[in-house]
Amino acid sequence: MSKVFAFHGGIHPPENKKQSTRAPISKAPVPDKLVLPMQQHIGGPSLPLVKVGDTVLKGQMIAEPISRISASIHAPTSGKVVDIAEYPIPHASGLSAECIVIEADGEDRWIEHQGLGDYKQLKRTDLIEHIRASGIAGMGGAGFPTDVKLHLSEDHIVNTLIINAAECEPYITADDMLMRERAHEVLGGIEIIAHILRPSHVLIGIEDNKPNAIHALEAVLKHTDLNIDIVVVPTKYPSGGERQLIKLLTDIEVPSGRIPADIGIVCQNVGTTAAIYRAVHFGEPLISRIVTVTGDAVRHPKNLEALIGTPFSTLLEACDVRPEALSKLVMGGPMMGVTVENDQIPLIKTTNCLIAATEHEMPAAPPTQACIRCGMCEQACPAELLPQQLYWFAKGREFEKAKHHNLFDCIECGACAYVCPSSIPLVQYYRFAKSEIRTEERDQQKADHARQRFEARQARLEQEAAEKEARRKARAAEAAKAQSQKTAVQSSEAAAPETAAPDAKQLKTAAAVARTKLKKAQKAYDEAAALNADNLAELEAALNEARSKADEAEKALASSASSGSEGGDDQSKQLKIAAAVARTKLKKAQDALKNAEDKGLDGVDKLRATVATLEQKANEAQQAYEKAEASGTDKAPVEVDIKALKQQVSIMRTKLKKAESAIDNCEDEADKTRLGQEVEELKKRFEQATAQFDKAEQVLVERAAQAGIDLKQLRIDAAMARAAVTKGERSLSKAESDEERSQIEQDLVAARSKAEALNQTLSQYE
Amino acid sequence: MSTVLTAIIVLFLLAAVFGIVLGYASVRFKVEGNPIVDQIDAILPQTQCGQCGYPGCRPYAEAIAGGDAINKCPPGGQSTIDALADLLDVEAVPLDAEHGEEKPRSVAYIREDECIGCTKCIQACPVDAILGAAKQMHTVITSECTGCDLCVEPCPVDCIDMIPIETTPNTWKWPEPPSPMQLIATDRGRGLSASEAH
Repeated sequence: MSKVFAFHGGIHPPENKKQSTRAPISKAPVPDKLVLPMQQHIGGPSLPLVKVGDTVLKGQMIAEPISRISASIHAPTSGKVVDIAEYPIPHASGLSAECIVIEADGEDRWIEHQGLGDYKQLKRTDLIEHIRASGIAGMGGAGFPTDVKLHLSEDHIVNTLIINAAECEPYITADDMLMRERAHEVLGGIEIIAHILRPSHVLIGIEDNKPNAIHALEAVLKHTDLNIDIVVVPTKYPSGGERQLIKLLTDIEVPSGRIPADIGIVCQNVGTTAAIYRAVHFGEPLISRIVTVTGDAVRHPKNLEALIGTPFSTLLEACDVRPEALSKLVMGGPMMGVTVENDQIPLIKTTNCLIAATEHEMPAAPPTQACIRCGMCEQACPAELLPQQLYWFAKGREFEKAKHHNLFDCIECGACAYVCPSSIPLVQYYRFAKSEIRTEERDQQKADHARQRFEARQARLEQEAAEKEARRKARAAEAAKAQSQKTAVQSSEAAAPETAAPDAKQLKTAAAVARTKLKKAQKAYDEAAALNADNLAELEAALNEARSKADEAEKALASSASSGSEGGDDQSKQLKIAAAVARTKLKKAQDALKNAEDKGLDGVDKLRATVATLEQKANEAQQAYEKAEASGTDKAPVEVDIKALKQQVSIMRTKLKKAESAIDNCEDEADKTRLGQEVEELKKRFEQATAQFDKAEQVLVERAAQAGIDLKQLRIDAAMARAAVTKGERSLSKAESDEERSQIEQDLVAARSKAEALNQTLSQYE
Repeated sequence: MSTVLTAIIVLFLLAAVFGIVLGYASVRFKVEGNPIVDQIDAILPQTQCGQCGYPGCRPYAEAIAGGDAINKCPPGGQSTIDALADLLDVEAVPLDAEHGEEKPRSVAYIREDECIGCTKCIQACPVDAILGAAKQMHTVITSECTGCDLCVEPCPVDCIDMIPIETTPNTWKWPEPPSPMQLIATDRGRGLSASEAH
């Protein structure tokens, strides 16, 4: 027998264990519906592998671990997956989370499964993988995935394996009954864990209030050659706490913020060892557990072997609950458990006890009084903290100081609150402070992340701006260089001939210059003619030359314009301009002719000829323009972008709405009238946009009508079909019976296909 | 006379030595920027929402370091004001309502059917949490969104909603226990009347 040490503090609450140990463990009935939360363990939630409507067999994996610290979940019985949605889960918050709901078919058919046989021949990693695939998580209450703990021997030296059989909390007897009735399973599990971790010795820590369990364990230990010691520790709450039990058995204190493996110790709960035994020897995953159902409000308190996912109401009925006496339903023990309001909440892997308490058994907490600094909490604290100080810090929201006083070493055992003469709910304060600190840390992390992203974005934008600036500068430098070169070239070769293929702009300029020259020459000639000057012949020659030059330039421009123009739109525009120019010229020429006729000059005939050619030209230009326009018209209305119009209408609507709400919020009269005017303006514009849109739509409608389809009707039909689909989906989720569901599903399929067909037709015309 | 001279020389030498040491230290250990700005910036919630009137959290941190009020940050709320008051050793004042009120944490949600793909919200987002391209539907990367609501205003078709973040069992917080009741009835009014008398 090993020596027993002591831990600081602790209390002796009434045990209340006898009630539930009188009857043997019995099987709980299989309920009609099992609700399996995706998070029954510490770590990431599991990821469902099944869909609604799937048939599952007992022991089939229905959810897989999402990360390293996570566990798989198996179907506890055979049946059909009827829902994957949010349901209330056993959690202090009373919130809902994702659950898989299985409707039991009553056959309880197992999936094909078998044990590993001689597990000692297997590689240790394979063995651990098998345990991981069996979904085993610590069954003492915290629910830490067991395979993660079994991997500890890889980077830690494990000297001691401690099996936690203390079960110190009042009322709970699940581990006690398990050891009494199934000691060989516990031992089998210990052997497997010892094979994986290879500790030098194994200690089973058990409180002295479980003599039957101790006897049972001693009886089976005779058949093993492992170095296993049963250490009986005095009954004191919370000797079942991991750190407290380690202190009791080895006198070593686990340092703050470290794990037991850091000092060469691994702890496992007895329930977990039995689950490992069943997984390895029979291939049965963790689908059921032993739960104590007790309290004065049940007539037959006992331990039940219940399937994971069984609602509490089924367990209570199995123990003959007296609903009229039930005042408080507690999940877990009276010290660390949480009150649940809803008896449809399911049993999970970590639920070891259910207390149906009467009013007399668990009366409402007495009124809180002021702290009198008596120091009793300090004496009771098993973690050697200063509960009183932590209380003041939590109350004053001085979380930083609470952290410095090692708030996170608090195991929330409730010993301090139990001894407090002022009935202060100390643990609630610590839980509150812890969650506040955790939230703050999470927010801080998020803020740091956001800052990083913000700074990265700023840096990127600055870089982009700098690059743009650099490009702009480079362009400017290049342009300056080109400019200087050009001027140099021009100055050196001022009289250089024009290039073979002048561009349109140059041509235009040349034509304009020629025209101006022509005009000047004409003017000079006219003047000279009026004065009857003697150099008339000379001037006429100059005029002719200028005219021919101008004609040439014009021709070159026209030819380049006709060959160079790209789009039809562009061309028609140019043609229009050309026609207008031609008309103007004609008019001018006509004026000049009239003038000349009036004065009876001899250039009249020539002018007359010019007018005639110009007339012809103008007509030609006009015709060309009309032709181009005619070829473009049949396209034009189709080109209207109905989408853009729609967008514009919706933008106008939003603007109008915003302005209107601004009016509503505005109090100043002057502002109001001003805003009113703005709104009027916006309204007008909105109406315009709508009118445009309607017009465009009208065109569409007409086109559709040509195809023999009423677009409006079609649109209404499509919208109605879509609505029918949504309605069907909604009623499907509400439907209760299977018949109803299948009927609705059929309808839904029909509605969907109809909606799709209509949408397609509609999209053809839109 | 020589003692006086010695004393003067010694003192002069000491002054010279310390002067050199201090001069060197001021160059060698020069602090770049204002360290208090970093500390203030670390407390601010980094939503970069600009509700304080400054373009981002860091400019506001600089402004606070320069003496601006600490109660202009609605996303941070009272807890940020308390932390700033603690850091700067000034009195914690309630949030300035002019800059907005403390709202529950939320994330932006784009109603994708209505999105026209204008990219205006993408340009507005200070943390690049909106994904999309021109004429393509946009969407918010929820895990990166700080809930600053800067994307709501620029949207021409008002298709962005700010949805409060729902509490899950993992983010749920234990409530603060109710404060103890006053057991002695006469206790209740006494402090009040005393403070009113002054």
